[in-house]
Amino acid sequence: MTDAAIPAAGAAGLPRSVHDNRFLAFNRRLIREKPLGAVGGAVFLLFLLAGALADVIAPFGLNETDMLRRLEAPNLAHWFGTDHLGRDVFSRILMGAQLSMIVGLAAAGLATVVSIVLGVLSGYLGGRIDMLIQRFVDAWMTFPDLVLLIVVVSIVGPGVPQIVLILGLLYGIAGSRIVRGAVISVRENMYTHAAQSMGATTWHILRRHILPNIMPVVIVLFTTRIGAVILAEAGLSFLGLGVPPPAPTWGGMLSDSGRSYLYLAPWLALAPGLCLTAVVYAINVYGDALRDLLDPRMRGSR
Amino acid sequence: MMTAPADQTAPLLEIEDLSVAFRTERGLVRAVDGANLTLRAGETLALVGESGSGKSVTALSILGLLGDNARVERGRILFEGEDLLRLDRRALRGIRGHRISMIFQEPMSSLNPVLTIGRQVAEPIRLHQGRSWPEALDQAAELLARVAIPDPRERLAQYPHHFSGGMRQRVMIAMALACQPRLIIADEPTTALDVTVQAQILELLKTLTRETGAALLLITHDLGVVARYAERVAVMYAGRIVESASARALYGTPRHPYTEGLMASVPSLTGEPRARLLTISGQPPDLADLPPGCAFAPRCPHVHELCRGTVPALQPATGTSDRDHRSACHGYP
Repeated sequence: MTDAAIPAAGAAGLPRSVHDNRFLAFNRRLIREKPLGAVGGAVFLLFLLAGALADVIAPFGLNETDMLRRLEAPNLAHWFGTDHLGRDVFSRILMGAQLSMIVGLAAAGLATVVSIVLGVLSGYLGGRIDMLIQRFVDAWMTFPDLVLLIVVVSIVGPGVPQIVLILGLLYGIAGSRIVRGAVISVRENMYTHAAQSMGATTWHILRRHILPNIMPVVIVLFTTRIGAVILAEAGLSFLGLGVPPPAPTWGGMLSDSGRSYLYLAPWLALAPGLCLTAVVYAINVYGDALRDLLDPRMRGSR
Repeated sequence: MMTAPADQTAPLLEIEDLSVAFRTERGLVRAVDGANLTLRAGETLALVGESGSGKSVTALSILGLLGDNARVERGRILFEGEDLLRLDRRALRGIRGHRISMIFQEPMSSLNPVLTIGRQVAEPIRLHQGRSWPEALDQAAELLARVAIPDPRERLAQYPHHFSGGMRQRVMIAMALACQPRLIIADEPTTALDVTVQAQILELLKTLTRETGAALLLITHDLGVVARYAERVAVMYAGRIVESASARALYGTPRHPYTEGLMASVPSLTGEPRARLLTISGQPPDLADLPPGCAFAPRCPHVHELCRGTVPALQPATGTSDRDHRSACHGYP
């Protein structure tokens, strides 16, 4: 049908201003009802901004060494101290945030798309297609993630695009189970039958009834996948299979200078470690809060 | 009560010898077995029976909405002379919600919780009549007004959870009426509602079908509903139509022991106080394992030898006020 141009809320016939303020109203509710989730969202946004503006705000160059100021503890000039080559840790953390965010958002986005396509096909069409897809997913999930990652990376070589593709497929295929479950429960709802009885096409039912109703699941899937993917990328980089040095990845910083100078200069490990923890925790609580708020059955009366 | 249009009008819906079977783990279960039904334009036909008697399956097969594990074995479903069972998916979609629409049992889950009422009511109008959103919404507001929902304009912007069960069923009726269908199928439309709301909803359905001239196929297990709202009645038992007649004739002179049993088991306000409520003894039969003869024979008070061996055919009954009165019983020739 040709109604794609209709804005989601325009049909309600409400005055325009109401819709323009929806985003603001939603965020007000987030802060009021889910303060922890709001903090999580803010922290994640902070890292996102830090990553986006890393080139501008980083006080030192990425690979600018100063051998006279090696392993300096955090001070006014070097907020997070310096590493064994005299590089500014704060600047490298910022650049690392950029990499983490690029990998995290891109791979989680890809994973979500893969999950939706596989899950919706499998769950809505059912029958033989469902059987085929599910046996494929079963087989896929028998491979341990890490082994698969190591094998693929050693074949195609390390690099951002490869990592995004691999992580996206890996998590996408596993996540399709969750989407499939949600689709099946929505499909059995009376309103999809009712829509069918009104002459709606399969495509229309998928778009209007299935997709909007699995959105809470998809949003949580996407947000938790961001965290998982960032962690996985850090793990790969830690093992030297991620983005190759001298690119400043958090995982690379942990294994490289962090591990070697753990007793002498603990900030070298603490800085990337705490950043990783903070980002993953922040995105997870934010995702949970979104899920709770987006479910219309939990919406309070107006 | 409105009288049905004269008999000579061609039937709007004619179900001939319909059989539907389901593949289950226990083998093939025949949910509908050789059912015949005729519905004339503007008429209200009640399809009565217990749970599992095949009434909902009959209704779903009209619109081709049976699940993947169901198969129509034989029969025809003629709607305005066209066999619905032979239409492809595309043609069927053009009929669904347009010329035939359906109201389901569960008003609480029949509406999509994440879409506004306006979108959902306007949807069939846009789908089948190709209207723009503003036009369709105008029409949706009119429809809500017709089903007696106050402040229809404001209500369009609200979500299903703002509506009570009765109000949601009104919305469903509005959706069903949207394209002025010739036939509305209501599958136990009031079962999930409060008793006080039930009468309002049925009254509304009756009024609106009368105004629009739509025929109504009312599926119910409530004989009280049948008496007040239907012109004709078909009684189903174990997938077969066992009796069909005008409502008046069916109540006055039932010609099947199952119908008699159903009527005897309706509680009465005027009967003797503290009288025991009559029930039909035994259980409804297992569809996967039907007796060879009349399916009602094991529970029938008047059973004789013939009943256990041969399935009785649906044939004209005698001693009744309705010439179209038919029953399938060896005991009432």
